[in-house]
Amino acid sequence: MLASLNARALVLSLVLLAVFLGLWEAASPKQQLAGELTEYELLMGGAEPKAAVPPPSDVIAKAWEELSNPFYDAGPNDKGIGIQIGYSLYRVLSGYFLAAAIAIPVGFLIGMSPLMYKALDPFIQVLRPISPLAWMPLALFVIQDSQASAIFVIFICSIWPMLINTAFGVAGVRKDWVNVARTHELGPLKTAWIVILPAAAPTILTGMRISIGIAWLVIVAAEMLVGGTGIGYYVWNEWNNLDLTSVVFSILMIGVVGMLLDTAFAYCARLVQYQE
Amino acid sequence: MSKPFLSLQNLTKRFQAPKGGEALTVFENVNLGIEKGEFVCIIGHSGCGKSTILNILAGLDEPTEGAVIMNGKEVSGPSLDRGIVFQNYSLLPWLSALKNVTFAVQARYKSWSKKQVHDHSMKYLEMVGLAGGAELRKPSQLSGGMRQRVSIARAFAIQPELLLLDEPFGALDALTRGSIQDELIRIWSGSDQTVFMITHDVDEAILLADRILLMTNGPYARVAESVQVDIPRPRERANIIHHSDYYDIRNHLVEFLATRSKALAGKQEEGTPSEPSIVRFGAHGVVSGPKDNRKPATSPVE
Ligand SMILES: Nc1ncnc2c1ncn2[C@@H]1O[C@H](COP(=O)(O)OP(=O)(O)O)[C@@H](O)[C@H]1O
Ligand SMILES: [Mg+2]
Repeated sequence: MLASLNARALVLSLVLLAVFLGLWEAASPKQQLAGELTEYELLMGGAEPKAAVPPPSDVIAKAWEELSNPFYDAGPNDKGIGIQIGYSLYRVLSGYFLAAAIAIPVGFLIGMSPLMYKALDPFIQVLRPISPLAWMPLALFVIQDSQASAIFVIFICSIWPMLINTAFGVAGVRKDWVNVARTHELGPLKTAWIVILPAAAPTILTGMRISIGIAWLVIVAAEMLVGGTGIGYYVWNEWNNLDLTSVVFSILMIGVVGMLLDTAFAYCARLVQYQE
Repeated sequence: MSKPFLSLQNLTKRFQAPKGGEALTVFENVNLGIEKGEFVCIIGHSGCGKSTILNILAGLDEPTEGAVIMNGKEVSGPSLDRGIVFQNYSLLPWLSALKNVTFAVQARYKSWSKKQVHDHSMKYLEMVGLAGGAELRKPSQLSGGMRQRVSIARAFAIQPELLLLDEPFGALDALTRGSIQDELIRIWSGSDQTVFMITHDVDEAILLADRILLMTNGPYARVAESVQVDIPRPRERANIIHHSDYYDIRNHLVEFLATRSKALAGKQEEGTPSEPSIVRFGAHGVVSGPKDNRKPATSPVE
């Protein structure tokens, strides 16, 4: 049988998933019935339902329940998973596009001008390694609003890869192509639009893809800090409720949404890719 | 004496060595005049500075000393009046072959409608034999020869006063090369365009050029001779070899490349003429006498 590589990989993935889920299910301690407990266990409080990592069957049941009604809203501490993810996406995307709106033009400027490159480089080198969450106290103090502070943290963490990649891509545009623009007397804007931007687009998109990944990593932590809404808050809240099934379910959702974001950007990157 | 259409005056180009070292003088004090409508080829060994001259003519590079005057104005920076076919095609890889031409045509004829631009571009692409679907492909999906043809179509389509061609047919197979040479001559003779072309191919130069410039090896390269090709046009590839001047010219060129390009190389003493000596054959009577005694006659500078 000559199945394609993709088909065989899919089969193998499914097998691995089944094995993993099976081991997990088997390893999860069953809640024992009270009648079977020894006296000792009763004395030790074993009758209380014990918090333990839930078996996959529970998580799947939970997922089914949540995903069949993702947008319900029953007060501040009980919102559907869809609403929570929506809040997170809203913060991530607004902070992210705000960052793109600044990083790409500034990156262009830095990439075009060796002077600006050298002048701004020390600032970038110092600001870039700062953990985005380290900005949180300052943001909360200055902005005085926890929601806006979360957006600011996303902004500050996603700006660097986009800025650096844009500058790098723009500075690296082949001289031959710039000469094509020059010999056709294209003005600065036309040169940017017809030559520099398409030439640097794959590098810029790579930066944007790295940024969205970082932004999605950071939002969970940021929302654990600011609270209120969002998938990060949801995880923390369910932990406080000792509802580990929900915690595991939301962890999986974080992964799935992150993967979808990355796939979307990978798709955009393919659109602007060119072959020399 | 009227000023030529294009003149290179005391053109010198030096490249600074990376760290301190002595600058590389590619050529020094090049003086040349090219008339309007002339077809000029330049021949010389690899690395002697042909592309450097062409880039300066294009306005992409600046001479260290001297100037290029075209139409009475000093060349400073590139212009749509000078169309270039680069040695490495320089197509924009994210655009289709057609778009690589239309953007140039649009830049040249800003008032044209989309349709005018498209039709004009297609006309030139068809002229170089790129139509019937190939024009919609990206450069990476075209062969080297096809890319070169797109690049030629782009340069011709903007109908520049001066066409600068840097080894434009190097990547082409003999058949395509022949048909594009014919096309080039057809376009050139139907216009008052001036052509400055770099080539390695002696036969190609004789077939196409009014005049062939011979460049010595670098550094301190010079345009040592200017060989007049007075073979009447239209020239046919098959018949030109029967013309009485053909082998005289050809031998002269080959001999230059083989020996004199080296012998004449190096720094010249002050006061030696910085203009190429003019070489003529055949009907113009400068060369005569027995074959074994054949030496190219050089006439004083005009
Ligand atoms: N940007 C540059 N910097 C330093 N040297 C250069 C540069 N461009 C060309 N050269 C040198 O100038 C000489 C002439 O190059 P070129 O004009 O490309 O020769 P060719 O006649 O083969 O076209 C070569 O020795 C080359 O190494
Ligand atoms: Mg060259």
